[in-house]
Amino acid sequence: MHLQILQVYFSDMALCVAVVSKENAPKYVTSLNPEDELQIQYEIHSSIDFVEEKLKTGKKDMRDLYLGLLYSTEDHKIYGYVTNTKVKFFVVIDSSNLLLRDNEIRFMFRKLHTAYTDLMCNPFYIPGDYITSENFNKVARGILTGNS
Amino acid sequence: MSAEDVLFDMLHSEIVSYLVPKSSEDEDLSILEHLGYSCGWRLIERITKELPRYKEELEVLKFICTDFWSCVYKKQVDNLRTNHQGVYVLHDNEFRFFSKLSNGTQYLKSAPKYATFTCGLIRGALENFGISSIVTVEIIRMPSCKFHIQVLPSSS
Repeated sequence: MHLQILQVYFSDMALCVAVVSKENAPKYVTSLNPEDELQIQYEIHSSIDFVEEKLKTGKKDMRDLYLGLLYSTEDHKIYGYVTNTKVKFFVVIDSSNLLLRDNEIRFMFRKLHTAYTDLMCNPFYIPGDYITSENFNKVARGILTGNS
Repeated sequence: MSAEDVLFDMLHSEIVSYLVPKSSEDEDLSILEHLGYSCGWRLIERITKELPRYKEELEVLKFICTDFWSCVYKKQVDNLRTNHQGVYVLHDNEFRFFSKLSNGTQYLKSAPKYATFTCGLIRGALENFGISSIVTVEIIRMPSCKFHIQVLPSSS
């Protein structure tokens, strides 16, 4: 019985996962509800500025690849992560979702980063292309739905 | 050197002799360089995964000399010099691809093609860090060699 309730909560982990290249071009976007996607893309677009700002000004603790909460609106919270090679990952969650703590978000990014490096080492992926890999897609969808 | 390390050396020298025919007068090393570039670019994504963020150019170069070099060649670069104006020189006193080839100047003429892959490797790695560069190699006496890195002014 308890297990079932948990399932309901965890079935909705993140709303959107996005990868943005070092030149700030979108390389991969997937979202849970297609009708929100445009709005979320706008929000991600504006949070790229927050990323740049954080990378420029933050001096001490900016050695961490995880940047934390970048931007929040009434409906969404946007978290960011930037690799050493300036590739940006974004995870958007619902503002009302209080179950996700910092640690869980970190874990999501770690999984995403691992999938990304695997993709980069795959000779079938040409650097700079839009990401169409099924494996990567599976990991990203797993982050959205919470069953991975 | 263990057996699996030798495998990398053998593969490398086979690739060199496949791409650069012995008979040709002017050697075209661009494919070999591109091979290294692509490898370096992809490799850097993998080995910086667990590492903290590098911000300074010098920090990145130090990383290339230590972690990156030992990942590829199982040893570190022996000496790194810079003029603080975008020129870096990496000295390797016993470059791995040369150590089995010759000890002296006997095969000096055919040495550059065995270092071209590494030039590309360095250039690709730096490129993915956002540093555009030109990498050249200077070989006076094997097995030591020097890699000259000239950082190009960034466009941004």
